[in-house]
Formats: sequence, structure tokens, C-alpha cells
Amino acid sequence: MASVKTTLNRRSFLKVSALAGGGLMLGFNWACKPAPAASALKAMPESWYGINAFLKIGENGLVTIMSPNPEIGQNVKTSMPMIVAEELDVDWRDVVVEQAGLDTQSFRRQLAGGSQSIRQGWKGLRMAGATARRMLLEAAAQRLNVPVDELTTDAGIITHAGTGQSLGYGDVASEAASVTVPEEVELKDPKDFKIIGTTRKNVDALKIVTGEPLFGLDFHRDGMLIAMIEHAPAFGMKLKSLDATAAKAMPGITDVITIDAAPEGFDEQWSDVNAFPEKVVVLGRSTWEVMKAKKALVIEWEADSKLESTADHTEGMAGLLQSGRAEVARRDGNPEAAFQNAAQVIERTYSAPFLAHNTLEPMNFFADVKEDSAELVGPIQTPEFLRKSVSSILGLPEDKISIMMTRMGGGFGRRLYGNFGVEAAAISQAAKAPVKLVYTREDDMTQGTYRPAYQVIYRAALNEQNELIGFHVRGVGIHGSPVFANRFPAGTVDNYLAENLELDSNVSTGAWRAPRSNFIAGAEQSFLDEVAEAAGKDPIDFRLELFDRAIANPVGERNDYDAERYAGVLRLVREKANWGADMPGVHRGVSAYYCHNSYVAQVVDLVIEDNQPRVQKVWCAVDCGIVVNPGAARNQVEGGIVDGIGHAMYSALSFQEGRPVQRNFDSYRLIRQAEAPREIETFFIDNGIDPTGLGEPSLPPVSAALANAFAKATGTRLYDQPFSSNMEAVELSEPTG
Amino acid sequence: MALFNLTINGEQHQVDVVPDTPMLWVLREHLNLVGVKYGCGIAQCGACTIHLDGVAVRACSLPVSSIGDRAITTIEGLSPDGSHPLQQAWLEHDVPQCGYCQTGQIMNAAALLAKNPSPSDEEIDRAMQGNICRCGTYLRIKAAIKTAAAG
Ligand code: FES
Ligand code: FES
Repeated sequence: MASVKTTLNRRSFLKVSALAGGGLMLGFNWACKPAPAASALKAMPESWYGINAFLKIGENGLVTIMSPNPEIGQNVKTSMPMIVAEELDVDWRDVVVEQAGLDTQSFRRQLAGGSQSIRQGWKGLRMAGATARRMLLEAAAQRLNVPVDELTTDAGIITHAGTGQSLGYGDVASEAASVTVPEEVELKDPKDFKIIGTTRKNVDALKIVTGEPLFGLDFHRDGMLIAMIEHAPAFGMKLKSLDATAAKAMPGITDVITIDAAPEGFDEQWSDVNAFPEKVVVLGRSTWEVMKAKKALVIEWEADSKLESTADHTEGMAGLLQSGRAEVARRDGNPEAAFQNAAQVIERTYSAPFLAHNTLEPMNFFADVKEDSAELVGPIQTPEFLRKSVSSILGLPEDKISIMMTRMGGGFGRRLYGNFGVEAAAISQAAKAPVKLVYTREDDMTQGTYRPAYQVIYRAALNEQNELIGFHVRGVGIHGSPVFANRFPAGTVDNYLAENLELDSNVSTGAWRAPRSNFIAGAEQSFLDEVAEAAGKDPIDFRLELFDRAIANPVGERNDYDAERYAGVLRLVREKANWGADMPGVHRGVSAYYCHNSYVAQVVDLVIEDNQPRVQKVWCAVDCGIVVNPGAARNQVEGGIVDGIGHAMYSALSFQEGRPVQRNFDSYRLIRQAEAPREIETFFIDNGIDPTGLGEPSLPPVSAALANAFAKATGTRLYDQPFSSNMEAVELSEPTG
Repeated sequence: MALFNLTINGEQHQVDVVPDTPMLWVLREHLNLVGVKYGCGIAQCGACTIHLDGVAVRACSLPVSSIGDRAITTIEGLSPDGSHPLQQAWLEHDVPQCGYCQTGQIMNAAALLAKNPSPSDEEIDRAMQGNICRCGTYLRIKAAIKTAAAG
């Protein structure tokens, strides 16, 4: 058996101890930090890259793995323990997974996000399992009085072939606690994996389908009050006056107060995108009574900055794109000359609106603040940051504040920003009572933290031979440019220019699933489709030629992708989808993109039925290295595709004088069952490379595969999201003959 | 406040609430049946789906005073232990991501299958159109409904 020797970082193990009642407990650091790609992770805190956990082996042989990082539907609560169990060599059925609370004494950096959990955890998780296995083996060797390397393990049983003796892990777990932590451990050869690479079902699935309390909103504590907030109805407004007489007189209402959740000197941490820290709060016995009292509040708001409308945003960004002074993010060769000498120049502009996260479970948090301590419970991706800001607002030391993470009814980036937890704490302190803060859907949708609105101009220069000789991308956003200067097609063109612009606004924005990529991938890959068409080339061949260039002779040194792996997913999807086959009535579009260290290529098959476009099938090739849990990985890929199609097609958040126009799902359109693709087939590249991100990468490219298929079907290109509002103008008919 | 007698999952319950309280909050806060979820409050997302005499309804928009003696079924009463064919099919297809919408999806699908034991894809599309899954598990939802129907 070929095996990998790994030097163990001694600090990876925080403590080894005997369990009360017998057994072994290891506290270990889940993370070995690979250097994060700076550009991909720009907006994310350094501390996302570490997690650690407890591993407990009981005398009964049952293994408990504490899952320290929050579960938002990305399935890490199943997939990460699988990696530990693999190297430990136990039967998955003997593994119990438990969610840990925030505990910085035992764990460090309990955070989740950026599609990094598996990638960052991979080595540490494997070493933790392998180390525990090694210690159990040494304990068994002592007990049986045989050399340790004559022992083998299988599914939690240690066997000595020579004497035929065997012991269960549970039999030696207590003794293993006194074994010295080994300096080195052997990791399995990936080809010997028994758990990794097999589908293991969601450990919480039964609880989910039977409706057990799991989510923050389900949390209940006897005697708690329900708190709901009223924030300014428009960005740029603040509270002028409040008359709560009528509301306070309503049944079930205990009080109406105002809070400032970001006072002078407050340590904002990740709650800093909150546009409305000043809030009116209604407290009462039940949610319905509080909801009704909210409507009875008489509040005057006044403008304290500009009340912006969508037209201001659109024109403002267009103006900057036309004539704004941009930051040059990358420049290769002489782009101006290339465009001057071009035989053909193609220029297109793309745009997308603000989007709300709209996790199906609205923001909520429980807080019980006492004189000298505080307890918080709720759905949060960044509990450690939340505790810092709660400590700051309450004036309590961090070690007097406990935070328990619940399962989250969706994240998509929204629950990185813990302002709702800070608010719950401030309300509980003011009310001197345990409270559960609950946002209505309207509160949730109108409070900001949106995916930025974007525009981008692409220009391509082709020479007489239809070769790409110049490329120019110029992007603007509120807030931040969507452009990744060092991603494809940078590195494939001699003359290249990438420029960034930003429009200021009082609308608050934040990270939304696959930040920036969620827009720029669709724009770039739609544009390249048109460039290929102008060059008279097949869109896949055209991209592969560019990758050949990047492999043989790349331009520049800072290219943030591996051209071989990129080309690999395109080739795989071409083969699987049988690209180029004659399929009457089916219109096909292709797209490929790289983000979160993973590569995705997709083909969309579009049909026109009843004068409506319908996605018949999405073919998806993914290179994310080793796939830990294929069934769960497919689920993530499918979700990303549905999410990407849905938001590109239907969703938008617009403004009228600072007010969000869409406030609930009657006006904010989300994709539904009848609009989802009929079929999605996912193919993973099998290359044995350490795993990379999967929660986000399938989302960004799919809008372009859809738009490119739509262009094939109708001859009309889609430049502005949401596509559905542009499709109405297009004559759609089923093909005749 | 007023007293209401309700039949929920085959048992009698009495609650003392304001008459316009939606069943969603009666179930969640007064009877501790939290499988019914709040997503929108305006009958647009389906997270709060329950059965009223076997018909799927949106509990967020159903005042307790309108129930009368009709029988309510929630996810907790669909089966005692998760053994309903739809719950089993949900497990088989490993449908949930975040899981928040799924009880509403299952309740809506259960009402569909009770009426139409072997729905076509188009009938599933139409019947499930009112239930949002923000995580995008629609394909697995449809596959699980078909598995349950075939079983
Ligand atoms: S909460 Fe009732 S339909 Fe959304
Ligand atoms: S599984 Fe998350 S909303 Fe459906």
C-alpha cells in the first residue's frame, strides 16, 4: 500500500484526554492552511480558513465527531466528518455527528463560507482521523503485546493476523488517551478510500422531513418575548419621531422601544453592512400580536441623504463606464494599438440588478442578556465575529457571552453579517428579558446587504485571420467592480486591459453566493460566444484554442487559473453532451467558468414550448478534485444551477426614491418548480487532486449557457438581467418542420 | 382573546388567542408544532403548508377563527415516525439542502398524491408551483414525488 507520510503540526492537537466514563477524546485543529488565492478571497476574512473539532471514541466503539462550523445547507455536517471517519477507518454507521456551539476555548475559528470548508479542512481532517487510528493501534499493540505494524484495522476492529486476536476501538479507547501523540502519521492512498467518494446521506434528513425543531426560528425559551423591528422605509432616511401610544395599548404588547445597534465606537465586525442600525422595536408575547402592533406604529422618517432610484443607479453606472477615471487592474501589451489595427471590433454591454439573498428562513436570533452574562442562539455563519460585536455593544467581556449555532434555513452569504444578532442582544439588554428577534419577510427583503448592481463593457479585437488580438473589460458596480483582472481570458491574449470603477450609494451591499462571479461569469461567457460567432468558430473550439495558447505560452505571470483543468471540463461536457449532434427543436448554449478553485463547464439544452423557453437539460462537468460525498455534491451543483438560472431569469430588486420596490415574493420573483430545468446531469473529473470548492462554482456560468442557447433559438442576445423581462419582446415560436 | 377548539393530527386542542391569529402562529407558538414554517406570510412561498380536511392550505393566511370543526393535519401528523411514502422518498433522494422549505413541500405533495396518485410531470409542476425552494432542490422534489407515487 502506497501511503503518504505527513508531518503533523503539534499545534494541530489541542488536547488529548480520557473521557469521563471511559474512552478517548481528541481536540484537534481541522485546518491546514493552504495559501488562499488572494484575488478569489479578497472580500473574505482570513479567519475563514480554520476550523477544528472534537473526536470522541466511546468504550462502546461509537465515534462522536463534533461539527464545529455552521450548517447552511452545504452539507458539511455530513461531508467533513466523513473525511475523519475515512482515515480513522470506522464504519460510518458507528459515527454520530453533533453540532458544537461557539467555544473558543476548545475550538478556533468556527466559521463557514467561501466554499472553502472541505478544501481548507481536507488535510487536517485526514490527519485527525489517522492520528486517532494510530493511537488506538499503539494501545492495542501494548495490550496484545505485539509489534504495532503487525496490526491492521477495518471498520473499527483492530486485528493481529499472526495470532488471530482482534479488539474493537472501544476496547482500547481509554488506554489510547495516554499514548503520546505521534509525530508522523500515514494517510491512506486515495484508491483505498471506503467512505470518501461514496454517497452518504444528510445526517439531519429525518429531522428535517418530520418537522423537528432545528432552525433558529424554531428556538423557544419559556418566558421569552417576541421582538420585531421597524427600520426606515428608504435608504437615506432616519427616524424623526415616534408615537407608539396605539401600539402599546394593543393586546399582548409589553413595550415599544428604539435601539441603536451601531453606536459611536461600536466594534462592527461583520455586521457593518447594516444600513439601518437605528430601529423601532415592538416587544410582546406572540409573533402575531407584535406583527399587528407594528402596523399601528405612527412613525415619521426624514431624509438625511439622497433618496436614490434605480434610474439613478443605471445612469450613474453607465456614465462612469463611458467616461469615468478607472483603476487599471491589469494591462498586457498594447491594447489601444490592437484595437486600432483590428479587422473587426466587437463591443457589448451587460447589466444586472441588485438581488436580495432571500434565505427562506428570515433573519432571527434569540438573546438573553443578564447583568453579567449573555446567551445567544440562532442562525449565524460567523459566530466569532458576532460575539465580538455583541461584546462591544453590551459592554460585557467575550468570555461571558455564549453563542449556539442552529441549523440555518439558507445563507447564500447573508448570514455572514450578524447585525440581527447584535440587535437581539441590544433589545434583550434594554428590555431586561429574554427575546427572540424575528424579521418579517418584508423587513428581511428591504434591509439591504444586497448583491451589488453591476454593469460591464467588453470589447474584443479580431485580426484578418479571426484571431483574438485584443481584449478589454471595464466594469462598474454598487459597490465594487465585478471584474477579476487575472482570470480567463487574461493570459490568452497579447493585448489585454482590465479596468475597475465603483459607484457610491447609500444602498448597502454584501457577499451573495459566488460574489462578483455570479454576474461576471455570465457576461464574459455570453460575450465570448458572440466573439466566437463573429470569428466563425464553434464556441467550444474557440475557447479551447485560447486555452491551448495559455498552456503553451501564457501571457503574463499572474493568471489565476489552470488552463489544462479549464479545458478539461469543456472537453468532458462536449463529449458527454454530444455537442454538435443534430437535435431538432433543441437549442444549445455552452459556458465555462472558474471560481473557488474549481472548474465548471455547462451545456444548456433549451426548447420552446407554448411559446415559452424551457430548459430541457443542463449538462455539467465539474473539476473540484476529489469528491468527498458524490450524492451531496450533485445536490449542491444542481442547486447552484437552479439558483443561477432563476436569478438571471426572474429576480431583481429596484428602488423608487430610496424605497425597495419589491418587498415580498408577490413582487420579487424567484424560480419555481415549473421553471426549473427538467434534468441536470453532472459529471465529475476524476483526477485525485485534493478537493476544492463546490457550494458556489456551478452557479456563475449557467446564465451564459442559457443566454447563448436562447440566442441560438431566437437570434436575440440577452444582455440585461433579469432576462425574462427582455424575453417578452422576442417572438417565440416552436420550430416548424 | 377567544377560545378555539381545534382538531389537529387527530387530537383535540384548545387555544386562547386573538381570533384573527393565523394558524401558522397558533401551531408554532401555542401548540409547539414547529414543522410548519414562516417564509412570507402572504401565501406566496408554501413553507407553511398544512392540510385542512385533506386539502393543502397556507397556514399563514388562515385565521384560527375560520377553521371551525375541520380537521387539521401538520407534518408532525403526516406519519408518527417519518414513514409516510413521501418522507421515505425524500430520504431516499436526499432532497434537502438547508431543509427549511421541505415540510411545506412534503405537505403539498401529500395533498397532490391523495387527489392524483400518479401525477404527470406537468401536473407536478402545476401543483408544486406555489412552494418555493430557495436552495433549488426542485428536481429532487419532483423525483421523490414520482418515487412515492410509483411505490
Ligand atoms: S409563509 Fe405561508 S405561504 Fe409563505
Ligand atoms: S432546501 Fe433550502 S429552501 Fe428548500
